[in-house]
Amino acid sequence: MAGDPVIIASDLTRRFGQLVAVDHLNLTVPAGRIYGFLGPNGSGKSTAIRMLCGLLRPSEGNATVLGTDIRGSTAALRHRIGYMTQRFSLYGDLTVVENLRFFASVYDLGRSSAERIEQQIERFSLQQQKNQLADTMSGGQRQRLALATASLHKPELLFLDEPTSAVDPESRREFWEFLFEMADDGVTILVSTHFMDEAERCHRLAILNHGVLVADGTPDRLKEEMAARVIEVRSPDPGGVRRQLLGAETVLDCTQLGTRLHVMIDGSQGDPAAYVNGLLKGVRYSSITAIEPSLEDVFVMATHHVGGDR
Amino acid sequence: MISFRRIFAVAGKELIHLRRDRVTGGLVLGIPLILTLLFGYAINQDIRHLQAGWVDMAETQASRGLLQDAMASQVVDLVRRAGSTAELEMLLRRGEISVGIYIPADFERRIARQEFPYAQLLVDGSDPVVLSAVRGLQSLPVTPPRDLNVNHVIRASFELRPFYNPERRSAVFIVPGLTGVILTLTMVLFTATAIVRERDQGNLELLIATPIQSLELMTGKILPYIVIGYVQVGVILALGVWLFDVPVRGSLIDFLMAALFFVISALSLGLVISTLAASQFQAFQLTFISFLPQMLLSGYMFPFEGMPRAAQYLAELFPLTHFLRIVRGIILRGAELSELQADVWPLAVFFAVMMVIAPLRFRKRLD
Repeated sequence: MAGDPVIIASDLTRRFGQLVAVDHLNLTVPAGRIYGFLGPNGSGKSTAIRMLCGLLRPSEGNATVLGTDIRGSTAALRHRIGYMTQRFSLYGDLTVVENLRFFASVYDLGRSSAERIEQQIERFSLQQQKNQLADTMSGGQRQRLALATASLHKPELLFLDEPTSAVDPESRREFWEFLFEMADDGVTILVSTHFMDEAERCHRLAILNHGVLVADGTPDRLKEEMAARVIEVRSPDPGGVRRQLLGAETVLDCTQLGTRLHVMIDGSQGDPAAYVNGLLKGVRYSSITAIEPSLEDVFVMATHHVGGDR
Repeated sequence: MISFRRIFAVAGKELIHLRRDRVTGGLVLGIPLILTLLFGYAINQDIRHLQAGWVDMAETQASRGLLQDAMASQVVDLVRRAGSTAELEMLLRRGEISVGIYIPADFERRIARQEFPYAQLLVDGSDPVVLSAVRGLQSLPVTPPRDLNVNHVIRASFELRPFYNPERRSAVFIVPGLTGVILTLTMVLFTATAIVRERDQGNLELLIATPIQSLELMTGKILPYIVIGYVQVGVILALGVWLFDVPVRGSLIDFLMAALFFVISALSLGLVISTLAASQFQAFQLTFISFLPQMLLSGYMFPFEGMPRAAQYLAELFPLTHFLRIVRGIILRGAELSELQADVWPLAVFFAVMMVIAPLRFRKRLD
């Protein structure tokens, strides 16, 4: 089984009236990896995940998930996948154990369920909260419970829709440790996020913008293949530098980070540092250095191109 | 394959929701308690102590006897003595009295010659309930009238003999029917909100991604409320028997069997509403839209026979219509359930149809 793609999407499209939420998405997700969906809000991440879970019908195109055509009956598939919704969707007025018990029955875990519930509680360190109502738990605890529930029936494939968007950084880090553990166990995880640090941790990444797949590959590969160069300019007057640079057609983007500016120049310039130097006549700056692009730069570039003003 | 484990998991979860939701839990007992007391005590179709005026032109022992008999019936209180029929009519028009009694000067001669009518009742016909109450007075041994004004005149012709509720106490009639009315409201409301609530609170998206089937979810949602339904039936019936002396003439087991059919049909109606409504607020509105016609047309508020044909046909579709007939049959007339089959199978059919519609309408998808 290893090596076989878990998800193959071809021209997967979903429209809501005029809006094209997912636009001809082509995707191959390999097994046993953490695959990230990176994109701004409204880029179609959730819609794509819902289609892949069988909750939404594609308007066009198709996808195969664990060998099952998602346009057909997905009843059997539901036993093999786990889904963690963007919004907390367990029962707030049920305790941790009651929630787990309910879903154990729903997944028909049978005799082994009590044991499995104990396992999950321990694994996701929920022993203290065992008999606490889900509504009264912290954001991080709730996410752990949601993950424990989504993986209760030992799914081969987990869909996580922005699992950490309402969680503090410490809990996020911890959450990702759980994800890596599960990936090591052979579970394939498809996780959507808008956090760069999380995207960086994925084995593979798809960047979505306005429903379109704009980049796809490992984080390192995406950085290497980025069409633009990144120049860091230090200046006592970053605002002035920014205004000056944004006037040039070759400058794709200019992001201010304190007194530094990350300037993205399209690939056409042989020596981008010298080129920027030339652009900055009459503006005060202290240094111009070519730097390695970060994933954020990749993201800015990718989402700039399609939805941008040009 | 339908999994009973899943059905019971849903049912168990619903019970936990109910237990944790103090208000809703309280309403399980509160609604039947309050409504039964309210309906039982306040609604009284058994009208007494109507304000009455009288004109006694005869002033004989017989005429005074008639007036005393009228008083003794408690239907009227003689409050104004008038000098003429014209004055009586004026008092009626002003609303100072609801009933006028006119005894002509030749009252005794009319009795002697058996010349009908002996005397006259003038009734405020603008309130049909008053009119029907006063009808009872007609049967007073020696009475009634000569036509003066057709609208106001009631002829005494025959004696009314109510069966099954000889005292004509309203509570006896109202309380058994009240089980149906209250259950129509509560049962439908419980299930109407049951699925919408999952949607509103975001639970549904996760739930439909699991292997649970629509029919399992629907059945699981109904089961706990059958128990709740019986609790409510018990409360209403107990109050009826203890406080309002409602006689249970038929078999209690027959009644509880009939209640099961009715409860599940009301619950299944709620499920269908739940699949139609997009929010809890819509579910409430739809519940009331379904409740009012049932309340008005089922025969609970107004006699079924008095309604136009079309309304009667419509009412035959409602579970409440059939349950009222069954309840009154068993509780008040001592009928057996087997004698009331004609009203049992429509409930079963209603339930079956709703249980087909609800899962069909409830797709396990978000679109």
